[in-house]
Amino acid sequence: MGHLAVLTGQLFNGISVGSILLLTALGLALSFGLMNVINMAHGEMLMVGGYVAYLTCRFVHGPAGFLLALLFSFLGAAVLGGVLEVTVIRWLYGRPLDTLLATWGVSLILQQGARSLFGAIGVDVVAPHWLSGSVAINHGVLAGLTLPYVRIFIILLTIVTFALLLLFIARTRWGLFLRAVHQDREMAQALGVNTKWVDLLVFAAGTGVAGLAGAALALIAPVTPTVGQSYVVYAFLVVIVGGLGSLLGTALAALLVGLFSSTVQMFTGVSLSDVFLLVLVIVFIQFRPRGIIFQRSRVMKEA
Amino acid sequence: MNRLLQGAMKAAVPCLCGLLISPASPAQDNTVKVGVLHSLSGTMAISEVTVKNATLLAIDQINAQGGVLGRKIVPVVEDGASDPAIFSQKAQKLIQEDKVVTVFGGWTSASRKAMLPVFERFHSLLWYPVQFEGNECSADIMYSGAQPNQQILPALDWAFEKGKKRIFLLGSDYVFPRTANLILKKHILHDGGTVAGEEYVPLGGTDFSSIITKIRVAKPDIIFNTLNGDSNVSFFKQMAAAGITESQIPVMSFSIAEQEAKAMGPSLVNGSYAAWNYFESLNDPMNKQFIAAYRKKYGQDSVIDDPMVHGYIDVYIWAAAVKKAGSFDPQSVRKAATELGWTGTAMGPIQFADNQSLYQTAYVGQLQPDGQFNILWKSKEPLRPEPYDALAFPGRSCVIR
Repeated sequence: MGHLAVLTGQLFNGISVGSILLLTALGLALSFGLMNVINMAHGEMLMVGGYVAYLTCRFVHGPAGFLLALLFSFLGAAVLGGVLEVTVIRWLYGRPLDTLLATWGVSLILQQGARSLFGAIGVDVVAPHWLSGSVAINHGVLAGLTLPYVRIFIILLTIVTFALLLLFIARTRWGLFLRAVHQDREMAQALGVNTKWVDLLVFAAGTGVAGLAGAALALIAPVTPTVGQSYVVYAFLVVIVGGLGSLLGTALAALLVGLFSSTVQMFTGVSLSDVFLLVLVIVFIQFRPRGIIFQRSRVMKEA
Repeated sequence: MNRLLQGAMKAAVPCLCGLLISPASPAQDNTVKVGVLHSLSGTMAISEVTVKNATLLAIDQINAQGGVLGRKIVPVVEDGASDPAIFSQKAQKLIQEDKVVTVFGGWTSASRKAMLPVFERFHSLLWYPVQFEGNECSADIMYSGAQPNQQILPALDWAFEKGKKRIFLLGSDYVFPRTANLILKKHILHDGGTVAGEEYVPLGGTDFSSIITKIRVAKPDIIFNTLNGDSNVSFFKQMAAAGITESQIPVMSFSIAEQEAKAMGPSLVNGSYAAWNYFESLNDPMNKQFIAAYRKKYGQDSVIDDPMVHGYIDVYIWAAAVKKAGSFDPQSVRKAATELGWTGTAMGPIQFADNQSLYQTAYVGQLQPDGQFNILWKSKEPLRPEPYDALAFPGRSCVIR
C-alpha cells in the first residue's frame, strides 16, 4: 500500500467519520441555535434511530428493508423528539440549566428503557446486500485502497440530508418562519408566526436527523443502550466549534474534526488523538469563542 | 382485627416456646451458607448470570448427594450490578451479615480488585472463575481462571508453530489488554517474532477505520484481539466491510467464547480463532454429562462456555477441600484445596497449585458457522499457572503460606 493510497484512504475515513458527526450535530445546532436549548437526550435520539432500524430490518427483508429502516428511524426519532418538546422542553424555555437537567434525566430513562427492552449487549443491523463489499483499487498509485460501500453510502446520505435541510430553510414557508424566529423571536411572533409550532417542528426535525444518524451508524457498529453517549460529546464539540446556529459552520467543523482524528490516529492511538483534539478545540475557542461562522441574532445576544 | 391478632399471638407463643426449649435448633446444624456474587443486572449481567447458574447447579448436585460434612449447602445469591463498589459492599455483607463460609463470584478484574481487600480483611475465601491478566497473588482468593501463561501465551506458541510471526496487538484500553499485551510483546520479541502494531480503543469505541488502515499497512500474519464487549462487533463488521477476510488476516480473540459468538451472530466471527481452557465442543464424557445437566435445568438451547465451567468446578473443589480439611474454616479449606491432587473434570484434569491458581490445559479453537469451536490444538499437558510472567515481571513470584 503506497503513501498516496494511505493518505487518500485516511481522507476518506475522515470524511466518513465527519459525516456521522454532522448528522448527529445538525439537530443540536438547530435546537441550540434557535431555541437556546441544550438537549442532553440528543444522543439517545441516535440510539432510538438505531433500534428502530434494527426492528425494521428484522421484520422487512429484501433490498428495500434498509431504505424503509432509514425512513422509520427518522420518523420514530422525530416523533419522540416532538413528544419531548411538548411535554418537557416547552415548559422550561428560558431556563437553560433546568432544561439541561431535565433532558439529562430523560436520557437516563431512555438508556435504561433500551437496556430493559433489548438487553445490554448491542443488537446489530446487517448491511443489505447492495451495501456489502467495497470499491478496491488494485493498480496505479492508489493500489491497495479500499472504500467500503457502507461508508460511501453514509457520506452520500449525509450530503443529501444536509442539502435537503438547507433547501427547506432557504426555500419553504416554514423555513422562512424559522429564519424569522431565529433573527428575532418577538418580532416574528408579533407578525403572526406561530413560534410554538416552529419550535416543535425544528426540534422534531433535529431529533429525526439524529435518528437517521443512528440508522446509518448501525451499519458499521452495534446499537447499544449507551451508543448515543459516545457521540453526543463530539456533537456538542462540533456545534461549539462550528458556531452556534450556523449550519454551514457545523458542517465545516464536523469535517475538520473527522479529518483531524483520522490524520492524528495514523501517528498515535485513538485515546491520545482525542486528547489532541480536545486541546486543539480549547485553544481554538480562546481565539474564536463564537466558532468558525458566527451568526448575529437576538437569541444569541440574550444568551 | 384485634381479635385476629390476639389469636395469632396465642398460636405463635407455644411455637416460640417449643423453639426455645429444644436443645439446639436443627436448622442451624444441617446447613452451611455460601455466597454467590455475580452481576445480575447492568452490562455484565449477560455473561455473569450464566456463571451464577452453573455455580447453583453444582450446589444442587452436591446437595442431592447429601451435601458437605453432612450439611446442606444454602447459596446466598447477591447482585454485584456490574459495579465494582457494589461488589465490595456485597462481599462484606455476605461475610459479616450472612456469615457465609466462602464466596463464589466476580468477573471483571475491576470487581476482583474491589473485593480483594474485603476478603483479606476478614480472612474469608473468594473463588474467582475468569481468565485474567495475572500479576496478583492473594492468599484469600482461589484463582481458577487462566493465568496469562495458560491462555494468551499458548495461543502465541500455536501461532508461531503455524509460522505466523508478525503479530498485530489490538485491545480495549484498560488493565487486561494492556497487561496481556505487555507480556505478549516480551515473548514475541524473545521468540524471534515481530510486533506489527499495537493499538487500543477506549471501551465501547466504535470507529476502527484508521486502525484498519494501519492493519493494511502493517500486513500482519495474525491479529491478537483483546477487545472487550461491543467493540468486537464494530471491529469485525468494519473488517468485513473493508474486504479483509479471516483467510487473509486471521484474528485470535481472547474475550470471545461461545456466549459472545452467539450474541454477536456466529456468521460475523465465523472462521476466527480463540484460546480458552474449555470449549463446549470438547469430546469428553464428563463434559457431556455437565452439558446435559445444565441444559436440563436451564433450557435446551443454553450455550456453555469457559467461565461457566470454572464456576461449576470451583464448587466441587471447595466441597472436596472441606471434606479433606474436615472443617469449613477458610484458612484450612484453602490449604486443603492445594493438596487434593489431580481431579478429572469437564475441562480435563485439573489441580490447584500451591500458588492457589489452577493447573489446566490450554486449547485453541476455530469458530464454525454453528457458533461452536472446532478444536485445533491443545497443550501437551495441563500447564502450571504462573501469576507473574518471568519476562514481563522478572524477579517476582507468588508464594502463599
